Amino acid sequence: MPLSAYLVVSVALFVIGLAMVAARRNLIYVLMGLELILNAANLNFVAFNRENPGDLDGQIAAIFVIILAAAEAAIALAIVLNLNSRIQSIRPDDADTMKD
Amino acid sequence: MTPESQIVWLLAVPLLPLVAWALQVSFGRFLPRQGDWLPTGAMGLSAVIAVWMFIGVLSGHDAGTGTLVSAELANPHTWKFFFSDPALTEGLAGFQAGILYDPLAAALLAMVAVVSFLVHLFSVGYMQGDSRYNIFFANLPLFTFAMLAMLLSDNLLFFFIFWEVMGLCSYLLIGHLSQDKEKPRTEAAWASFKAFMTTRIGDVCLFIGMMMVYDKFGTLSFHGLYAAVADYTANGTHWEGWLTAAGIMMFLGAVGKSAQFPLHVWLPDAMEGPTPVSAMIHAATMVAAGVYLTGRLFLLFSPEAQLVVACIGAFTAIFAATIGITQFDIKKVLAYSTISQLGYMICAIGVGGVAAGLFHVITHAIFKACLFLGSGSVIYGCHHEQDMRKMGGLRKKMPITYLTMLASTLAISGVPFFAGFYSKDAILAKALEKSMVTGDWYWAAPFWLLLAAAAITAFYMFRLIFMTFHGKPRDHGSEHAHESPWTMTVPLIVLGTLAIFGGKFWLTDPMHAISGGDEPWFFQIVDDPTHAEFATIDLHDGHTEAAHDSHELAGHDDHDIAHTAHVRAMFMSIAAAGSGILLACLFYLWGILSAASIANRLGGFYRLVLDKYRFDELYNATVIRGTTVLSGFLCWVDENVIDAFVLNLAKLHRGGASLSGVFDKYVVDGMVTWVGETTVAAGQTLRRLQTGRIQQYVYFTLAGALALAAVSLLGIF
Repeated sequence: MPLSAYLVVSVALFVIGLAMVAARRNLIYVLMGLELILNAANLNFVAFNRENPGDLDGQIAAIFVIILAAAEAAIALAIVLNLNSRIQSIRPDDADTMKD
Repeated sequence: MTPESQIVWLLAVPLLPLVAWALQVSFGRFLPRQGDWLPTGAMGLSAVIAVWMFIGVLSGHDAGTGTLVSAELANPHTWKFFFSDPALTEGLAGFQAGILYDPLAAALLAMVAVVSFLVHLFSVGYMQGDSRYNIFFANLPLFTFAMLAMLLSDNLLFFFIFWEVMGLCSYLLIGHLSQDKEKPRTEAAWASFKAFMTTRIGDVCLFIGMMMVYDKFGTLSFHGLYAAVADYTANGTHWEGWLTAAGIMMFLGAVGKSAQFPLHVWLPDAMEGPTPVSAMIHAATMVAAGVYLTGRLFLLFSPEAQLVVACIGAFTAIFAATIGITQFDIKKVLAYSTISQLGYMICAIGVGGVAAGLFHVITHAIFKACLFLGSGSVIYGCHHEQDMRKMGGLRKKMPITYLTMLASTLAISGVPFFAGFYSKDAILAKALEKSMVTGDWYWAAPFWLLLAAAAITAFYMFRLIFMTFHGKPRDHGSEHAHESPWTMTVPLIVLGTLAIFGGKFWLTDPMHAISGGDEPWFFQIVDDPTHAEFATIDLHDGHTEAAHDSHELAGHDDHDIAHTAHVRAMFMSIAAAGSGILLACLFYLWGILSAASIANRLGGFYRLVLDKYRFDELYNATVIRGTTVLSGFLCWVDENVIDAFVLNLAKLHRGGASLSGVFDKYVVDGMVTWVGETTVAAGQTLRRLQTGRIQQYVYFTLAGALALAAVSLLGIF
């Protein structure tokens, strides 16, 4: 399989994630969008590692990213819970107290 | 007595009343009887010392030769003050102050102390029930202190200081009733104000005169001035104009204090004060201070100045006497009588009879104090009635007052062998002698004026006695009159007795003196050698004898003239007194002539005299109005020139300030606010970008990323 096939999938994933982050009205979906973006990056790491079959730099970076995503999800979900308990909403547009 | 102890005793005389004043003014109202015994006792002590010292002076007098042999008194001590150290007082030309206790001062000191004591005693009765009794008894000794200290001053400066203190006390005491707690008298306040301001004119003149002589001679001590003037006039007896002017200026001080024309207006009004005050200050002591000053300064007066003194004195004597005839207030009559008698004394000094004038000061003090205290007793007895038209018939009800006042009236009228006769006679003799020696008409005028005044004096004094004591009671008050308590009658008896025998006491042998014997001792001790020397010069209108023997010869002639003058003057004065008394009897005792019809016939002139020649009105129209107009003008200048200048200056400043304010507001502040406002405006504009919507930021980020991608991919840069 040519490299471009991987990249096409990666781009698709990234764009879907980005669209979710920008457009969804529910923070949970926004976080899911973020996961898609990170996975698009992981796919890129792994795909580009094919050029250097001797080492595992890409794979290691991908594993790092997965761990990071897990940690991020834990924190983010905690923030979402707090936000919900505070303003009874998880719409990102409602969290605008810093506007004024 | 050693000089040192003499000084201590002398100092005690004025200092006792001063201590009494200090105690009375601080604690008087807490003491029993409001402390009246304290100043009275102090004055009694002081009077005893003064009389005892005076007797010491007398005992130094050898009756055989008629000269004063006391060595101590021939050289009066000068008590150097603590600031007489030449190093310290270079600027003051070694100014020294001391005590001058010569026979003249001794006689007056004893007189003032005794009269003051008697007045203190009288006041204990008279002022009973006054709402400010303790204050009265504080002011009285302060006055006495000033007077006694003034008599002992040996220099004009200290003399002037005590002179002013007396003026202050006079002011306080005239205005005593104006502060009364039950019924304050506004008239008293005005009278005290008038007295103070009128005498102030004289005092300023006196001070100017003092400065004139100090400027030339560099000393203010009496003996220093005598010596300086003697030096100055020794070669050719040339009296310069400024010395005449200085003499007249200093004499004007006496004019004010002794109520001489034209500054006499305050004394009649001063009768608003309580009667003891009138007796002491405005009859016996303070007003005599002017005469004392004139006598002390006699050697400084040029012949022209002496003529001024004599004329003012003589004119005042007759002028005040005529007003005295028309007055009905018993105290006003006595006030004008005082002015008239003071004119006598001043005139006597003007014609060269220093001793005669001061002799009259003493006799006058006695009988006038007696008359005033007697009038006080009458007023007290008639329940504070002062109008003689409402009195009458008091002879039986107040025998002691009547007899003492009668004795004093005989004395003041110049009836032979009463005290006033000798002194008045001496004055008339001096005046006649002067006119005979000089032969000038203007020197003759004083004698005739004085003689006429003597007749008028006798007339109005007997008018007073007849209206008050004889006839029938004319009012409710005089019907129920009663004799006064002993504190008031004792001083009257003492003074009345002195008024009868006082004159003989002074002149042990008047007839002997008239018949060409020695001068009576009082004249000898007062006219001390230096005095006599200068008096001779003055007698000749400024021509000194070139040689000693011609002086002797002239002295002999003078003596003859003096003898003739004395005899003539005596008979003329007796005739004047007799005619005055006779007229008074015709009018007021026997009722043969009617005063009312005479007054009607005189018409306008009578009313003019009754209104005291309208001097108050004249002064109101001229001096007071003039002053008011001048102050109005000055007020106008102040408002329209000085204030306007200041106000315009202020306006100018305000204009400048507002310009600077505009610059500050619009330029300096403008820059600062512009910076601030711009920052705020920028913030307002930029804050719209901060929507707080996270997803919007994501769009922005995306847009930015796309833009960057576009830039890098298309190779724009």
